[in-house]
Amino acid sequence: MCRVSFTSALARFLEAPSATVAGATVAEALAEIFAQRPALRGYVLDDQGAVRRHVAVYVNGQPLRDRVRLSDPLAPDDEIYVFQALTGG
Amino acid sequence: MSDRIYVGTRKGLFEIARRKGGWDIAAVSFLGDPVSAVLAEPDGTALAALDLGHFGAKLWRRERGGEWREMTAPAFPPKPEDTDDDPHPWSLGKIWIFERGGPEGRLWAGTMPGGLFRSDDGGESWTLNDALWRMPERRRWMGVAGGEQPGISSVLIDPQNSDDIRVGVSTAGVWASTDAGASWRIINEGMYNEYMPPEQRGDPLFQDIHRLAACPARPETIWCQHHNGVFRSEDRGHSWREVTAIRPAKFGFAVAAHPRDPQTAWFVPAIKDERRVAVDAKIVVARTRDGGESFEVLSRGLPQRHAYDLVWRHALAVDATGELLAFGSTTGGFWISEDGGDSWTTIEARLPPIAAVRFAGA
Repeated sequence: MCRVSFTSALARFLEAPSATVAGATVAEALAEIFAQRPALRGYVLDDQGAVRRHVAVYVNGQPLRDRVRLSDPLAPDDEIYVFQALTGG
Repeated sequence: MSDRIYVGTRKGLFEIARRKGGWDIAAVSFLGDPVSAVLAEPDGTALAALDLGHFGAKLWRRERGGEWREMTAPAFPPKPEDTDDDPHPWSLGKIWIFERGGPEGRLWAGTMPGGLFRSDDGGESWTLNDALWRMPERRRWMGVAGGEQPGISSVLIDPQNSDDIRVGVSTAGVWASTDAGASWRIINEGMYNEYMPPEQRGDPLFQDIHRLAACPARPETIWCQHHNGVFRSEDRGHSWREVTAIRPAKFGFAVAAHPRDPQTAWFVPAIKDERRVAVDAKIVVARTRDGGESFEVLSRGLPQRHAYDLVWRHALAVDATGELLAFGSTTGGFWISEDGGDSWTTIEARLPPIAAVRFAGA
C-alpha cells in the first residue's frame, strides 16, 4: 500500500485528503483515489490523462519520470506527493 | 435597464449592482482566482469559468439565490493516435467566452486551444464540436499573441435562426455553420493582416479576429475589431470592408454592437503592437452611429491623464437598451455609461485586471 498526499492549496476548491491505496504504478494508485473523488482528477491531470503542466508529482522525494502515462512503478510503503509547481503572481 | 453586471478579473468575480445613489460591488466570488469568462442567464443562473494557473480551467454554476457549485468542465476526447502532428493540445486551456442560443438550455463555450463546446443542459455537460475541431485547416490556426494556443473569442448565434452560427478565432478568421455546427467553412473575405507576409495578408485563415459583435435585431450586420483595424460586414460575415474612420487609433480588442441599430457600435482604441497603451495616455470610447462612416471620441468622465489602461476583448458590454454600457481595464478601472456613452462614471479604479464584463441576462 502507498500513501498519497495532496497539496493543501487544493483545499480552496475541493477536499483532497491523504489516502492509502494499492497500485503497481502511480497511475493505478491515483486512479483508485479518483474513483472515489472524480472531481479531483481534473485538478491533477489534463484532458488526456497526463500530469498538468504546473502540477508536480513526487515519489519518495523524486520527481515522477513518466508525466504522460504515470507508469512509474511503486513499491510497498512508497510515498506519493502531489503539489503545485509554483507559477503566477 | 440591467441592474447587475458581472466582472471577471485576474483575482475573482465581482458583481456590481445598481443601488440607491449609484452602482456598487454587491458580491465577490472566487477571490484570488482568475475568472476568464462569465455568463448570467435571464433566470438568474450564472456561469463562471476559472483559469487556475496550476489546476487548469474550471467551470462553476450558481442558481438564483444559491451557492456556487463546481460543474464538470468541457473536456477534449482522447487524442487519436494518428494525430501526432497536431500542433495544438487536445486539452482545455481556458474557457474564453460563453454564449446562449438555440433551444432552452443550450450554451456554447469558445475556448483555447480552439475547441468549440456545446451544452444542451445549461452547462451540466459539454460536448466538443467535432466538425470544427477536425477541419484540416485547424492545424494552421495560430496562437494568440503572447500565448501558445489559438482561441475562439466570439460565438454569434442568429437570434432568429439558431442553426446559423459564426465563430471568430484569434488567429484563424471567421467560420460559419448554417446547420447548428454539423459542418463549417471559413468565410471572411476582405480582411487583411498587416503583419503577415504579403502573399498571405488577405488569406481568410490568417485574420486575427480580436472580437466579433453582431446587432441582435439585424444579425446580418457584424462588426469586427481585428488586430490591424476595424471591419464591418453586412452579409453575416461573408464579406468585409475596412472601417477607416475609426479614431484615435484602429487597434483595439473590444467592440459592442447596438442591440437594435445596426449603424451604431462602440470601440475602445489603443496604440497597437509596439506599445499597447491608451493613445496619448487618455482612455476614450469611439462610437459610430452611421455604420462606421464617422466616429465620435467620447471621453467625458474617463481618465484623461496618465492612463495606460487597455481594454480586453470581452471587457466592454452594452445592455439590451443600448443606453447602458460598461467596460473594465487591465489596470482595474471600471466605468459605466447610462447615456449610450456620452458620459461615464468611474465605479471602481482599483479592481484586479479585468478580463470579462457581462450584463445579467445578456
